Amino acid sequence: MHRKHWIIAFFFIAGMYACNKEAANYFTGFQKPLDFPEPVYHFATNQVTKEGFELGRKLFYETMLSNDNSTSCGSCHIQTSAFTHHGHSLSHGIADRLGTRNSPPIMNLAWNTSFMWDGGVVDLDLQPIAPITNHVEMDATMADVLNKLRASLAYPALFNKAYGSTAITTSNFLKALSQFMVMCISSHSKYDSVKQHIGSVSFNAEEQRGYTLFQQKCSSCHKEPLFTDYSFRNNGLVPSSIDDQGRYLITQSDDDKYKFKVPSLRNLEFTAPYMHDGRFLTLDAVFDHYSMQVQDMPTLDPLFRQNGFRGIPISSEQRMAMSAFLNTLNDRSFLLDKRFSEQ
Amino acid sequence: MKHIVSAALLVSAAFSSCKKDDTSLYDNTVKGELSIEFDNVAGSSDLQLNTATYTNGAGESLKISMVKYYVSNFVLTGTDGAVYKVPQDSCYFLIDESDVTTHEPVLKVPEGEYKTVSFMVGIDSLRNTMDISKRTGVLDPTGVASDMYWGWNSGYIFLKIEGTSPAITASGNVFQYHIGGFGGYNSPTPNNLKTITLDLTARGVPKVKKGKDTNIHLFVDVLKAFSGATNMSFATTSMIHSAAPGVPVANNYASMFRHDHTEN
Repeated sequence: MHRKHWIIAFFFIAGMYACNKEAANYFTGFQKPLDFPEPVYHFATNQVTKEGFELGRKLFYETMLSNDNSTSCGSCHIQTSAFTHHGHSLSHGIADRLGTRNSPPIMNLAWNTSFMWDGGVVDLDLQPIAPITNHVEMDATMADVLNKLRASLAYPALFNKAYGSTAITTSNFLKALSQFMVMCISSHSKYDSVKQHIGSVSFNAEEQRGYTLFQQKCSSCHKEPLFTDYSFRNNGLVPSSIDDQGRYLITQSDDDKYKFKVPSLRNLEFTAPYMHDGRFLTLDAVFDHYSMQVQDMPTLDPLFRQNGFRGIPISSEQRMAMSAFLNTLNDRSFLLDKRFSEQ
Repeated sequence: MKHIVSAALLVSAAFSSCKKDDTSLYDNTVKGELSIEFDNVAGSSDLQLNTATYTNGAGESLKISMVKYYVSNFVLTGTDGAVYKVPQDSCYFLIDESDVTTHEPVLKVPEGEYKTVSFMVGIDSLRNTMDISKRTGVLDPTGVASDMYWGWNSGYIFLKIEGTSPAITASGNVFQYHIGGFGGYNSPTPNNLKTITLDLTARGVPKVKKGKDTNIHLFVDVLKAFSGATNMSFATTSMIHSAAPGVPVANNYASMFRHDHTEN
């Protein structure tokens, strides 16, 4: 090898090292992706700072948040599965106690108008209370959790860094978790590159055909660019033996029976199994449901009762094209982004 | 006659000076302390947790182990008609039968005499949806309010009454009535907020003056939660853990408060 090559190699390696180092320390605050609408999260009362975000990340992966110090938020929201509980139709929490629903992704939460499959929580800051105190999830009391953090070696100093006080308050604890969660933005899919005209990326013919079909058949609920309209709908799933009535548990209005929040389709490939109870293991099973198995119920969404057809007519050839398009919503960089990983 | 006139003059002068003193007794730019005692009773007896046996409107016997409820948003109307709303930030109280220090919230109100008091049983919708940094003290969902809060359906529990009844066949014979529901944030849900207005003129108008204690003593007949427009039966309903089934109980307990006397 020539000397020149060695020099080039040296600079290349040095450059990579610098990049890596930069990536770990890189913090730009909350930045709205170009093709996304304005977020709905109340940043006015919780400005994201580097220290707050890092504290939130540490808390997200903190097992002290559970009763027996075994389970963290990250236990059921796994980054490599786009922060879902991959492979579990119903998520299990502490002591392997089984829940009734599939844990949803921690992704683009700054745009969510409500939380949980039934929308029972309306403010991201209040969301962590639900899993922390739920008997089958983390089974702790908030007071115990805060006391454990207060007694720890690390946390008073970290709260001080983030908030200028070593006092660990309810508000600061919850807001740090929110800071981490709103930063978990997934916006680097092929779809985003096409929409933002990044480089010369474009859909291939099959993806483009799938996109057109998607817009005809799916996008009224799975609204672009977040691929959900955050509404609650009954999509004709046969109630399981648990008879989870979804949104009805919150509003107790008969009109809301068996309605669940429309989930985003971003990172679909990584977030199986699908539906509120994870009953469908594959995308094909989801297509089968919409094209053949939609159950009639009084609250079935009217969109599934059009032109004398119950469900959504999708031919097997259309299914191929739509799958190709849906695969453009996957964002692998989100799964690998070190900023969101346990440090 | 002259003497009589002078005497009359003197007397009337005395009266008018008295009257004058009466109105100048109060300075409504100065605040005094008014405490409101929530004295929980069971019918015509003092409430005894865990020991005494009572009977509900359906004729079932019961024991009570816990009574907790929020009172908030106090408004006082003066005998002159002036309305004073106690500032919200200092106006949320959790009455807990098992903790005697909670039974007598103290309000700071302008000096004067008041003919009615009104308050809310529960936590108003605004506070129920307010930023977490504003939820301190009795409203801290991780502290004092941790067992008065539904984490899965963000919102405070307004009133909790628990106990046992032999009419309940499930193990432990336990009943738990947890009443909440502020009307919903992004879609309507049952609203169990109750505003109570009590006349104070019949049993003693509070006369608030700085430097002296004035106390409005209320009797709160907790058994009324079980009877009234709807007689609750423990055999039928032993558990209430969401807003809709709590509606009849909230309607019942709206009439459990009465003014007994005032200590001036």
